[in-house]
Amino acid sequence: MAWLNTLTRRKIFWPLVALAFLLAFNLFFTPNFFSVEIKQGHLYGNVIDILKNGAPIMLLAVGLTLVIATKGIDISVGSVVAISAGVVAMLIGGDLKGNPKYPIAFAMSAAVLVSVAAGMWNGMLVSWVGMQPIIATLILSVAGRGIAMVTTNAMVVWLYANPFALLGQGYLLGLPFSIYMVAVLLLLTWLAMRRTALGLFIEAVGINPTASRFAGINAKNLIFWVYAFSGFCAGVSGLVVCSTVMSADGNNAGLGYEMDAILAVVIGGTSMNGGKFYLFGSMVGALIVQTLTTTIYAFNVPPEIAQVVKALVVWTVSLLQSASFRAKVAGLFGKREVAA
Amino acid sequence: MKLKSLFSPKNLPTIVTLGLFVLMFGLGSVSFRGFFSLQNFLNLFIDNAYLIIIAVGMTFVIISGGIDLSVGSMLALSTMVTSSLLEKSRWDPLYVIPVVLLMGVALGLFMGWLIQTFDIPPFIITLAGLYLARGLCYVVSIDTIGITHPFWQAMASSAIPISGNSFISPSVIVAVVILIAGMYVSRFTKFGRTVFAIGGNEQSAVLMGLPVARTKILLYAFSGFCSALAGIVFTFYTLSGYALNGRGMEMDAIATVVIGGTLLSGGVGSVLGTLFGVFVYGTIQVLIVFQGTLNSWWTRIAIGFLVFVFCLLQRLFEVRKGGRRRKSSAAV
Amino acid sequence: MSDNAPIVELKKICKTFPGVKALSSVDFRLFPGEVHALMGQNGAGKSTLVKVLTGVYRQDSGEILLEGKPIRPDSPLAAQKLGINTVYQEINLCLNLSVAENIFIGREPKRLGRIDWKTMNGKAEEVLKRLNINIDVTKILSSYSIAVQQMVAISRVLDSSSKVLILDEPTSSLDETEVAQLFKVIKKLRDEGMAILFITHFLDQTYQISDRITVLKNGEFVGEYETGNLPKLELIAKMLGKELSEFSYTTSGAREKKPDTADDTAAGTADDPAAGPADDTAPLLEAKNLGLRGSIAPFDIALREGDVLGFAGLLGSGRTETARLLFGIDAADQGDLAVKGKKAGISSPRGAMMAGMGFCSEDRKNEGIFAELSIRENIILALQAKMGASKYLSTKKQLEIAEELIASLRIVTPSANGEAKQLSGGNQQKLLLARWLCTNPIILILDEPTRGIDVGAKLEIMEQILNLSRKGLGVVFISSEFEELLRCSTKIAVFRDKVKIAELEGEDMNERTIMQTIAGGR
Repeated sequence: MAWLNTLTRRKIFWPLVALAFLLAFNLFFTPNFFSVEIKQGHLYGNVIDILKNGAPIMLLAVGLTLVIATKGIDISVGSVVAISAGVVAMLIGGDLKGNPKYPIAFAMSAAVLVSVAAGMWNGMLVSWVGMQPIIATLILSVAGRGIAMVTTNAMVVWLYANPFALLGQGYLLGLPFSIYMVAVLLLLTWLAMRRTALGLFIEAVGINPTASRFAGINAKNLIFWVYAFSGFCAGVSGLVVCSTVMSADGNNAGLGYEMDAILAVVIGGTSMNGGKFYLFGSMVGALIVQTLTTTIYAFNVPPEIAQVVKALVVWTVSLLQSASFRAKVAGLFGKREVAA
Repeated sequence: MKLKSLFSPKNLPTIVTLGLFVLMFGLGSVSFRGFFSLQNFLNLFIDNAYLIIIAVGMTFVIISGGIDLSVGSMLALSTMVTSSLLEKSRWDPLYVIPVVLLMGVALGLFMGWLIQTFDIPPFIITLAGLYLARGLCYVVSIDTIGITHPFWQAMASSAIPISGNSFISPSVIVAVVILIAGMYVSRFTKFGRTVFAIGGNEQSAVLMGLPVARTKILLYAFSGFCSALAGIVFTFYTLSGYALNGRGMEMDAIATVVIGGTLLSGGVGSVLGTLFGVFVYGTIQVLIVFQGTLNSWWTRIAIGFLVFVFCLLQRLFEVRKGGRRRKSSAAV
Repeated sequence: MSDNAPIVELKKICKTFPGVKALSSVDFRLFPGEVHALMGQNGAGKSTLVKVLTGVYRQDSGEILLEGKPIRPDSPLAAQKLGINTVYQEINLCLNLSVAENIFIGREPKRLGRIDWKTMNGKAEEVLKRLNINIDVTKILSSYSIAVQQMVAISRVLDSSSKVLILDEPTSSLDETEVAQLFKVIKKLRDEGMAILFITHFLDQTYQISDRITVLKNGEFVGEYETGNLPKLELIAKMLGKELSEFSYTTSGAREKKPDTADDTAAGTADDPAAGPADDTAPLLEAKNLGLRGSIAPFDIALREGDVLGFAGLLGSGRTETARLLFGIDAADQGDLAVKGKKAGISSPRGAMMAGMGFCSEDRKNEGIFAELSIRENIILALQAKMGASKYLSTKKQLEIAEELIASLRIVTPSANGEAKQLSGGNQQKLLLARWLCTNPIILILDEPTRGIDVGAKLEIMEQILNLSRKGLGVVFISSEFEELLRCSTKIAVFRDKVKIAELEGEDMNERTIMQTIAGGR
């Protein structure tokens, strides 16, 4: 059955299987999991919730996939989400009649631009200064919370301009609007990666940084822009998050998002060691993470358990991706001395 | 110690940090009335006792070239378990304290084992640890648990007089003990020196016959211990267990360690320097309070910025040194 | 030198790894009070032999005798306990710790349960005094030169029970004065009765310091000689695996005269057909006084169209370092580089590539191949980098280019879409060559392109080199096999001990002359 072989070889196979498994589990054990109602021309239901709630993480995962592919990491995305939400909320604000302080388009652009600047800051530290990615992004992750709180004056800021609600709460052709945003970002990124040489260069840098330098690739530039792009994704995600609740909470917005996003990317097939990356896999990974959370919710288990479960999954995946672990497991089936 | 050796290159970073602290404290004293007092200085110890403890553990981890991102959540979990055992299960403090400390050690040991045995980067393992501990906090209780146990109440309100009207709290004693223990271990024990060796060149350390694997695992266990102990000390201060405690604390700990002169790349550092780093951190907070108008969140930004500056300096220093000798690839 | 019984004897040692026979029935003797040099080219088995002696590997057959008694060390620590100590090329010390600590860490003197720094420092000074070194042992190791670091490394392993000292390429990073310092120490130890095994590439140093030489080639024992009775030329011959008489003076296989001379009359640039190419065309690549301290002494190189400049020299002579300077991988600290007459500030491989150069590294695995990328992606990568990210070569176009090169270079693979890691060594080498060929370079640097590949593939690659030369490219060809160099080169640069010592042309291009040049006879 050669077709089965090629099928299982595709990296996206196993994540899809995992997702299918989760959905099947819910099919049998969760009442009404798949029921979808139509109200006012919009679709509602658990499955729709998964898509809607997963959108912010999916947006983050797009940028983070590329960062991880270059052998890097970005744990500041959660804080950048908060900054973006804070900026857009402060700029739109508005009175109870729904008139924004500044035009919505302007506010949104400003928020995204600030987020890109944050990403560039990370990129500069990693590529030009040569800092380890974990430290560089840790700095922003903490300072960023402070910046978000200062932007919102440590208060929860409310918005009243209704058009803005479209992003996080609106529907288009029955489906949540935010999913379309994910689709557009995904498509544009995919095009940029696979219809230009960028994807190839990023993979080369992640697989063999020295050889990529010898082959004439400008790795420094590439890495810089990858982090800037991650900032961009976090900015867009922040807009959606803010729009969903029509408010910005500098303290809690985006909290823990970096973990979910990293998990999504890693489950989706991209290795923490960098190299080949799988954008669609990351999307499936994000859906898995969201389905997991929703399943836990549906069983009335305290949602905090989800964090514990996620942490355990990260440990498990780290082990599976560790060459040392695989070698030791293989070693249990017979030792071999290798030329050193 | 002769004056000349005091200023040797080894001690320079520590001197710089001390100087920075003196500068900031002096600035505060000049700008604000009531700033310059013994109590204000002692408050640095009282308010940051927990941070000193955590930072000592973090110092060792960073010297070895690793990192522990779980410390803040571990502290929170420690406060939750402590308060829960005291208030809900009505255990005796004699049992509560060892159990909580053991929990910290166990978690640290597990993470250290994963990191060392399977060669997985410490940041991802301890990042997951962060979320695990945080999640477990909520599992224990979503709401704050107040502590009413008389022993704790006594600890919270005790004031040990120092001189005149100035006082410290019992937590300070604990912190100072850990600090001195840390300094001793780092200078006079095999374990401590092995940590430095690992941070300098792990491969060499292995070839020199040092117990690298065992030391690395114990390192993270020690950090876990410190986080748990810091949590207990924290409950003396706040008399409660609160799941949202310690958010961002890992950064505070890393900041104080880095500002104290320990290199993030490992191999160089000082526990005493970390104490000075805590002084700097504490002074920034006090300055902002005295200033009155600034949002306290500016502390976060200031700390982040200081860390950035120190990391930048460290990086420049590394590049300057590394440029002299390059490794040539297989020579032909 | 001593006539007593040997302190260490390795008898008929065999060691095989999957796919490669590292040692075949190798004998080795080491006497107390002597410096014994172990020499051989790449793949000779030197490091494997030492690893067997020091317990890193267990031999498949054969025995090890220490003072007449058989031993079976199963780890470096065990070997140390037996008195066999090694100091490696990579100084395995911790630069962030003090000198005294580096000597004593792991066995620090203690007092009342804690480390006694005062005693440790005192003892360290004593140990170093034994080697005639007086330094401040409380300063950290990185504040001292590599030579001193090396001696600290030696001090660490010396104590009363040391019987054998193995020094693995100790002088690779040292300058002349530092080498002299080290040799003083080694001589002192030898005179005290220590048995010293000295592994090195440097011919001159071998003659300076060693009493006896053992030569290995391809895992086999070639011979053991007294240094005083073995002329340099013969040593080189033995290392290359032949008898001296086998090296010929004939220029058989050498290149025909350069193409330019034949075309001169057509171009109307010279009256005399034998005058050689017109000199007013700037060379494709010209290096003047280019050098890097600690890596390669300043050198001059001129590469013209159609030239194949061979780099001849023993292992460690500085050929790769030279290539790396030319391609911008390392930054020179003196001298100039010009491409086609224009000064080129080439500070990175990308810069070199944009100037029209290409480089095939000898370390295919770590510096060349992207194992998880497909073969076609590996091939077009440099070309794509040159064109820029936006001008993306579609998969179809990639396939076209790749398949053309796969055919012309005869790369053996079922499909251009397979992962590069599936290819054999020879085919991976051709893959690297293909990568640079499709960038249409004017200059190509090939570092050991024929190493570790089968005969057929070797011939094919040399064929390619000749082709490229005919097309007018300038090629730098590094190889450890003289025959290959003579077959392809129009002139040969000779290297020894990190210096370019000569350039041979015409009649001088024969094996014997190359060897004599290396030996220093010319």
